[in-house]
Amino acid sequence: MATLPLILICVAALLLIALAAVALSRSESATPLVYGAAFLACLTALATALQHLLAGAAAAEIVLPLGLPWLGAHVRIDALSALFLVVVNLGGALASLYGIGYGRHEEAPARVLPFFAAFLAGMNLVVLAADAFSFLLAWELMSLVSWALVLAHHRDPENTRAAYIYLVTASFGTMCLLLAFGLLAGPAGGYDFEAIRAAALSPELGALVLALALLGAGSKAGLVPFHVWLPLAHPAAPSHVSALMSGVMTKVAIYGFIRIVFDLLGPPDWWWAMILLAFGGISALLGILSALMQQDLKRLLAYSTIENIGIIFIGLGLALGFGANGMPAAAALALTAALFHVFNHALFKGLLFLGAGAVLSATGLRDLEQMGGLIHRMKVTAFAFLAGAVAISALPPLNGFASEWLMFQAVLISPDLPQWGLKVMVPTAGAMMALSAALVAACFVKVFGIAFLGRPRSAIVAEAKEVDRFSLAAMLALVLLCLLAGIFPGLVIDAIQPAAQMLLGGSLPNQSAQPWLSIVPVAESRSSYNGLLVFIFIVFSAGVTTLLIHRVAQRRLRRGPAWDCGFPNPDPVTQYTADSFAQPLRRVFGTLAFQAREQVEMPAPGDTGPARFRVEMRDLIWETCYAPIAGIVDVAATRLNRLQFLTIRRYLSLVFLALVGLLLVLVIWL
Amino acid sequence: MAVIGDLLVQFAQMLVVLGLAPLLTGFVRKVKARLLRRQGPPLLQPYRDLIRLLRKEAVVAENASWLFRAAPYMIFAATWVAAALVPTFATGLMFSWSADLIVIVALLGSARFFLALAGMDVGTSFGGIGASREVMIASLAEPAMIMVVFTLALIAGSTQLSTVATHMIHAEVGLRVSLGLGLIALIMVAIAENARIPVDNPATHLELTMVHEAMVLEYSGRHLAVIEAAAMLKLLLYVSLIAAMFLPWGIAASGAGPAAYALGVATYAAKLGIGGFLLALFEISIAKMRVFRVPGFLGAALMLALLATLLMFMTRSFG
Repeated sequence: MATLPLILICVAALLLIALAAVALSRSESATPLVYGAAFLACLTALATALQHLLAGAAAAEIVLPLGLPWLGAHVRIDALSALFLVVVNLGGALASLYGIGYGRHEEAPARVLPFFAAFLAGMNLVVLAADAFSFLLAWELMSLVSWALVLAHHRDPENTRAAYIYLVTASFGTMCLLLAFGLLAGPAGGYDFEAIRAAALSPELGALVLALALLGAGSKAGLVPFHVWLPLAHPAAPSHVSALMSGVMTKVAIYGFIRIVFDLLGPPDWWWAMILLAFGGISALLGILSALMQQDLKRLLAYSTIENIGIIFIGLGLALGFGANGMPAAAALALTAALFHVFNHALFKGLLFLGAGAVLSATGLRDLEQMGGLIHRMKVTAFAFLAGAVAISALPPLNGFASEWLMFQAVLISPDLPQWGLKVMVPTAGAMMALSAALVAACFVKVFGIAFLGRPRSAIVAEAKEVDRFSLAAMLALVLLCLLAGIFPGLVIDAIQPAAQMLLGGSLPNQSAQPWLSIVPVAESRSSYNGLLVFIFIVFSAGVTTLLIHRVAQRRLRRGPAWDCGFPNPDPVTQYTADSFAQPLRRVFGTLAFQAREQVEMPAPGDTGPARFRVEMRDLIWETCYAPIAGIVDVAATRLNRLQFLTIRRYLSLVFLALVGLLLVLVIWL
Repeated sequence: MAVIGDLLVQFAQMLVVLGLAPLLTGFVRKVKARLLRRQGPPLLQPYRDLIRLLRKEAVVAENASWLFRAAPYMIFAATWVAAALVPTFATGLMFSWSADLIVIVALLGSARFFLALAGMDVGTSFGGIGASREVMIASLAEPAMIMVVFTLALIAGSTQLSTVATHMIHAEVGLRVSLGLGLIALIMVAIAENARIPVDNPATHLELTMVHEAMVLEYSGRHLAVIEAAAMLKLLLYVSLIAAMFLPWGIAASGAGPAAYALGVATYAAKLGIGGFLLALFEISIAKMRVFRVPGFLGAALMLALLATLLMFMTRSFG
C-alpha cells in the first residue's frame, strides 16, 4: 500500500480512538485500550514514514474532498514531512506505551484520554497538511487539545492560570500564522502550498512573513521572548503529555517554521540569519539559566527545552545565512545539524520528562528539594534518567554530542560569509552555544545529583517504589535510541539529506559510505568524528582499568559511615539543596539575567532567633514585554466595562452614532 | 606494515601518558618545594602514593550507590581516552581521526560530569560544595576552551589535533594576535581545570577553599587511586595539548624513522619539564583567590578566547 494513505488511515484511527475514548472513558479498561491502540497507530505510522524516508521515495500528494469546497484538503508527504512524521510518531508511540502504565494513576482519565489521541492526530496533520487552510486547522486542533490536556488537573489554580496564558499565546500565534499565510498567498489567494511556492513576494513582504512566522511558530516552539507560556503549560500536563509537548509539539512548531521560511517563502535575505541567530542565542542562554534557577523538576525541564530550541534556531539561522550567500553545502550542514538536534531533543527530552513522570507517580513530588537518594529506590528509572542527562549535556558518545558537534562544524565554516554582520554574529552565537552547553551540564548535574543521589529529604521519597514495566520499557527504549543515534550518527544524517537537498539544493557527503562509520561533514582532512569508536574506546579502557585494578589492587571493600571531614551530620537537611547548588552560578550570571539579589538578615547579638537568607529574582522579560500589555488590556477592559451598564436610550444613540460614523467613512472613502 | 606501526605508536602513546603522568605531578611538587626552599617529596612519590592507595582496602559510605563505585573508572577512562588522542611525541596517531579537539573537550566534560555526581552521591555537605563550585568553574572554562579550539581550527583549517600540530610546524603561521590571546586563554583554562593555584589548591585540606578535593573526600583505597591517577593524567594532557598546539616543534611525523621518534621523545620531555617548571613558578608567586573571584578570572579567559576567534573571523577566511 502506498505510504500516504496508510499514514492517513493511522491518523483517522487516532481520531476514532479519541471519539471512542469519550464513550469508553467511564470503563476501567479504557486506559490500557486507548493507549494501546494509540501505540499501535503511531507505530504503524512510524514504520511507514521511516520506510518512505529510508527508501528515498518521491513526494506524494492527495487532495481530500474536505474543507473549503474550492480548495479541498491537500495532504502531502515529502522528505521534510516524512522526517517530522518519524519524530512525531516515535514520540507518540513511546508516550502511549508509557501511558499504559502511567495512565493508571490518573484520577480523571476522561479528561486525558480523548485529548491525548486527538493531540497525536493533530500533530500528524500539521506535518501532513499541504495547504494553508488545513495547516491552520490542524495547528489549531493541536493547540486546543493540548490546552485541554494542560487543563486536565484543573483544580490546581496554577494549572488554570497556565492554561489561560497558553490559550492566549496560542491564539495569538495562530493569528500571526494566519496573517503570514495571507501574505504568502497574495492577492490571488492560492492557498495550497504549490501555488504559494510559485508566487513571488517582494522583499519587504518576505521580511514581514518572516517576522510573523517567528511570532507564530516561534511562540509555539518557545523562542525567547515568546516563551512565557511554555514553562507554565508543559509541566502542568500529565507527564507523558509533557514529554509530547516538549519533545514533539515544539518540533512540529519548528517544522512549521522551516516549511514557511525555507520552503514557501522563496530565497532568503542574508540579514534574516542575523535575526534567527540573535533569537536563538538569547533563547539558548536565557533558557538554560532559567532552568538552573528552578526547583520544580518539570518546570526545569521545560526551561531546558527553550535552550534546545535556541540551539536549533541557531542552526536554522546559519542555514539561512549560507543559503542566502549561495553556499548550499554549508547550508545543508547547518540545516542537518539543526534537524539532527530536533531528532535528538525529541528523544532525550521525552526520556527526561518520562523519568520526571516516573518520579512523580512514585512519590507525588515535583519539588527537587524534597527528593534525594532515589537511585536506591528506583534503580532503572535512575539509570534511564542518568542516560538522558548525559545525552542532553552533549557528552560523548550519546546523541546530544553528535548534533552539537555538527553545529560547531557549521559555525567553523562561516568565516567564508561575506557580510560583516554575520562575521561578528556567528562567532558570538557560537560562544553562546558553547556557554549554554557547559551550563546544561551544570544544570543536569544539579538535577540528577539532587533528585537521585544523596540522602532522601522527605519520608515519602525514602519509601518510593519503582514504577511499572510499561513505563520502564518506554524509558529504556529511549535510552537505547539515544545510544544508537550517538554511536551511529551517520545513519540519522543520511536520513536528513533528502530534506536538505529539497530545501537548499545541497547535501552532505553520504555518511554510510565513510570508512568505519565515522561522520565527515565536509572533508576528512578537516574534521571527522566516530561515535562508535569513541564508545568502544571508553568501554575498552574502563573495562581494562576495572579488570586490572581488581586483579592487582586490594579487593576488600568496607562499608562505613560517611567521612565528611570527620563531622558527618546524620540530618539530611545538611545536604546541598537544588537552590544552594545553583547559588554560585546565580551569583555569576543571575545578577545580570534575573537581577538576583541576596539578603541576609542576621538576628541582633544575643537574640537566639534564626538568621534568614532571602533571594529575590525578577523575570525581566515578563516585566518588560508582557506586564505592560497585560496592564493596558486591563485598563482598557475596566474603561469599556462601563459600556455594559448603560440605559437603553444610550445604547440606541450609540448604535445611531456608529451608523452615521460608518456612513461618513464610506462617503469620504469612495 | 604502516598500520601496525601506527597502532604501535598509538598504544605506546597510551602507555607513555599513563606512565609519565605521576612523574610530571611529582616534578611540579618537587620544583615547588625547592623554590620554597623546602626539601620536598621525592620525585617518584606520586607512584608510591598510588601503589599505597591500591594496597589499602576501600572504605565506602553506607549509603553510597553503584554510581559512586563506578564513577572513578568512568572518570579515568574518559580522561585516558582524551589523553591518548593528544599527540605527545608523534603526530598521525592511529585513531586521531575518530575524535577531534571538540571531542577531547567533551570527553573531559564527561569526566567532570561524573566527578561532580560522585561528589554528590553520599549526600555530605562537602561533596555538594565541591560539585557546585566545580560546575560553576567549568561553566566558564569549557566555553573558553571551545573558543580557543575555534581559533586554532580557523588557523589550521581543521579541528583535528594532528592536522593542527602539523599545520603549525610546516605552514607559515607567523606571529598572530589571535594565537597569543588563545594561548593566554588556554593557560588560564588549564590552571582552572587542573585545580591549581590561584583557582584551587591541590595541596590543601582546608575545607572552605577546596573544590576538587571536596568532591573526592569520600573516596579511599583503589577508588581514590584511580581518581588521583585521572587528575594526574589531566595535568599531563593539558601540558601536552598546549605543547602540541602552540609549540609543536620537534614532534615526529607519522611513519618517520626511529631518529625522528627519538627526537620527538626528547623534545616532548623537555617541553614537559619546561611546562612543569613554569607551572610551579607561577603557583608559588601568586596567592589563591576567593572562590567568587574565579568567575572574573575565567570570564577574562572566555573574553580573550572570544576576541581571538572574532579576530580570526575578521581577518581570514577558512580555506
